[in-house]
Amino acid sequence: MDSINQPLLSVRDLSVAFRQQGRVSVAVDRISFEIKRGECVALVGESGSGKSVSALSVLKLLPYPTASHPSGSIRFKGQELLSLSESQIRGIRGNDISIIFQEPMTSLNPLHMIEAQITEIIQLHHPVSNTVARARALELLRQVGIPEPETRLKSYPHQLSGGQRQRVMIAMALANEPDLLIADEPTTALDVTVQAQILALLAEIRARLGMSLLFITHDLGIVRRIADRVCVMNSGEIVEQGPVEQVFNAPKHPYTRDLLAAEPKPDPAPPRPEQPVVISTDNLKVWFPIKRGILRSTVGHIKAVDGVSLAVRKGETLGVVGESGSGKTTLGLALLRLISSDGRIVFLGNAIQGLKFKQMRPFRRDMQIVFQDPFGSLSPRMSVGEIVAEGLMVHQKHLSREERDARVVKVLEDVGLNPEWRSRYPHEFSGGQRQRISIARAAVLEPSFVVLDEPTSALDMLLQAQMVDLLRELQRKRDLTYLFISHDLRVVASLASHLIVMRQGKVVEEGPASKLFRSPQSDYTRALFAAAFRNEASGDDAVAT
Amino acid sequence: MTIEAPHKPIETTTASPLGEAVPTTRHSFAPSPLNERRWHNFKANRRGYWSLWIFMVLFVTSLLANVIANDKPLMIKYDGHLYWPVLFSYAETTFGGDFETAADYRDPYIQKQIAAKGGTIIWPPIRYSYSTINRDSPTPAPSPPTWWLTEAQCKDIVQQKHLTGCRDLEMNWLGTDANGRDVMARLIYGFRISVLFGLSLTIISSIVGILAGGVQGYFGGWIDLGFQRFIEIWNSIPYLYLLLIISAVLPPGFFVLLGIMALFSWVSLVGLVRAEFLRGRNFEYIQAARALGVSNAVIMIRHLLPNAMVATMTFLPFIVSSSVMTLTALDFLGFGLPPGSPSLGELLSQAKANIQAPWLGFAGFFSLAIMLSLLIFVGEAVRDAFDPRKTFV
Repeated sequence: MDSINQPLLSVRDLSVAFRQQGRVSVAVDRISFEIKRGECVALVGESGSGKSVSALSVLKLLPYPTASHPSGSIRFKGQELLSLSESQIRGIRGNDISIIFQEPMTSLNPLHMIEAQITEIIQLHHPVSNTVARARALELLRQVGIPEPETRLKSYPHQLSGGQRQRVMIAMALANEPDLLIADEPTTALDVTVQAQILALLAEIRARLGMSLLFITHDLGIVRRIADRVCVMNSGEIVEQGPVEQVFNAPKHPYTRDLLAAEPKPDPAPPRPEQPVVISTDNLKVWFPIKRGILRSTVGHIKAVDGVSLAVRKGETLGVVGESGSGKTTLGLALLRLISSDGRIVFLGNAIQGLKFKQMRPFRRDMQIVFQDPFGSLSPRMSVGEIVAEGLMVHQKHLSREERDARVVKVLEDVGLNPEWRSRYPHEFSGGQRQRISIARAAVLEPSFVVLDEPTSALDMLLQAQMVDLLRELQRKRDLTYLFISHDLRVVASLASHLIVMRQGKVVEEGPASKLFRSPQSDYTRALFAAAFRNEASGDDAVAT
Repeated sequence: MTIEAPHKPIETTTASPLGEAVPTTRHSFAPSPLNERRWHNFKANRRGYWSLWIFMVLFVTSLLANVIANDKPLMIKYDGHLYWPVLFSYAETTFGGDFETAADYRDPYIQKQIAAKGGTIIWPPIRYSYSTINRDSPTPAPSPPTWWLTEAQCKDIVQQKHLTGCRDLEMNWLGTDANGRDVMARLIYGFRISVLFGLSLTIISSIVGILAGGVQGYFGGWIDLGFQRFIEIWNSIPYLYLLLIISAVLPPGFFVLLGIMALFSWVSLVGLVRAEFLRGRNFEYIQAARALGVSNAVIMIRHLLPNAMVATMTFLPFIVSSSVMTLTALDFLGFGLPPGSPSLGELLSQAKANIQAPWLGFAGFFSLAIMLSLLIFVGEAVRDAFDPRKTFV
């Protein structure tokens, strides 16, 4: 019955409902799609669109009985999966269908060696001896391109980098040569260069083993690169599906069109050499001491920021790019004197390095920061109005209650929020709205310099574009100077007038953004750009694995 | 792996995520939506909710102990004047007595004097105070509850007072203790003093504990390290021995005991609050507040304290109950409140000495068991109410 025309996996009218405190909410509403042998199908959508839930239902990994399937069928090789018992589905999980998750940090058990984790999967489904299982594990690690696989077998997860951990996850998923691999945002938590390598690996393995791939992502660039067919999900429904070429070139549904148009338009603030320098540093260093032994003597330093000199002029945006751990955020915090550092910092003509907390206060009004995490950066116990007004209470004590309220209303309107919402609490808002509140908190003081620490990376694509537009509009309206920290080069390209590329605390390359994007000088920058804009892995040693 | 919450993205619309039901302006005294939800969660725990009500009724009742169980009348109408013996002290001569001393209203002579002038006496429901000795006890103290007496037991006193039977005697609902004092009255006063002691100790130790924990957690470093070592040493002082030594020097009383206990009990919250502050000071909204130039004190009070308060609030009922237990234990051992004070511990120790009088033991046991259980149930409900998984859904 396993004919060549029959789809490997066929999902028909699948619905998923969750019951929470007596209320039933439908997360997935009657979706249908098929995966043929050897095919790669991508499920794209924003967070909350139900793509992960759909994929997890295939293996019945949802929290039943909180979750339920009011309708639908999932047929794998002609066999109905939804009606299988728990023990029957366990025979399929990891054997015929395997899954890799987004977070390589938490998907591996930190207490077991890599060897134990891979051999466990093999021996679960095939009764083979330890020696055979070990040989197979070694072969798998070689297949997924882990250097020195013999030593790595004896490693613990924390001894591997994020990319290596994801490779181990893939090795575990491949252990029993599944017919279908479900990849749930496997590269989202990784740096762009590593992401490109993992994608290349997945494509190569798929071609070699003739396996089907169900790829869940929010990143359209990845879809275009890896998938044969694509299903676009929105609010629990598949609004459009078809071959990648067709969907990307001639989208039919308005939501798909919005999604495709959502890439932030590059329109950076022009360099303004005639303007005064707002902030500059000279050989700025942030070194964290490494202390060892009973006497806690300093044996070395982690050089988070190591001799960075920069200057930003009024109205410009300096983009800081680099992979995680390159010291971008530390640099931003050091500029605002939120962590201690060495080296001269000049802000609006004043040397602010070494000033005490109280002495810094007059400058705080002019330098503000917007953080990455829209959930962690707002106090859950204060209303939006109180959050935004807090800076005014410090810096403009003379304002009356009404005047303060008027300022808050004004700034909330500026960032595109309904001012009537100011008595509500942060948890009532979505991620994008919260990020707007963070921006309002910074903007209400009318600062001249704002550090934007990955303000868009926690947001969905549509929101990213909106956020970039908002930041650009605020910059024009208020003549703001930005330091824009991001690992997402597409967003940086749309905002930055100057660029510095950081790696391991040092500046690798700097210059006007237009010139740098056109002709990057260093190998590292080239590899970074190739990975970010074309999802291409660089073969050379310029990047980490 | 996280399973995304099934919600529709609301960014594309301008509608509120909670619909139009949310009031746009809030009165400054109205509870915040967060606290409303907590109150709702608290009420959802029926056992805790009813425990709180029962406890509050008992507590308020015991606060009014002076007008419920007292050997002084609430009001006397005598010779055209109104007298308030519960509030003011009157000499015996006021009511036609012979001495300048304070009137003993339980004395039949005084009662006769007042009745002779056509006066009326309004008594509290229980005509004993915690220290009143029942001189008409039908049996040698401890005497059983009056409703439990046989006619044979009260024959003597009935004849002496020219009554018809046991039921005409003045009621000792729960009998009397070894000194002939009414157990019911002592229970009411004892409950009050226990709860007041527990509450005061909890309030004092939370204030000190939160201050100390907050400073340690927020500033960290050497302050934290030094303070922690100090607390470790402090904690290892056996306070029972210290209590014995101090009570040999100072006369033990409510406030002396409270002071000594407070010296040691503040430590219990420090670790908790310190951990909350330590965790909280790296939150991005704390960083944001520092970037705004908000001062340390304001950050600690406005941003960090509410976080710590959740953990603290959860612990408070349990601290109250443990304080009550400590006081009871000290009283039981005889190192607690001065002799004669109404205390549950002393009642228990009397019960131990008079096994032939089971009403003492039952009264002491049930009052303590009920009080502590109620506090624990309330504590559980508070813990549920502040559970962040239930609050931020």
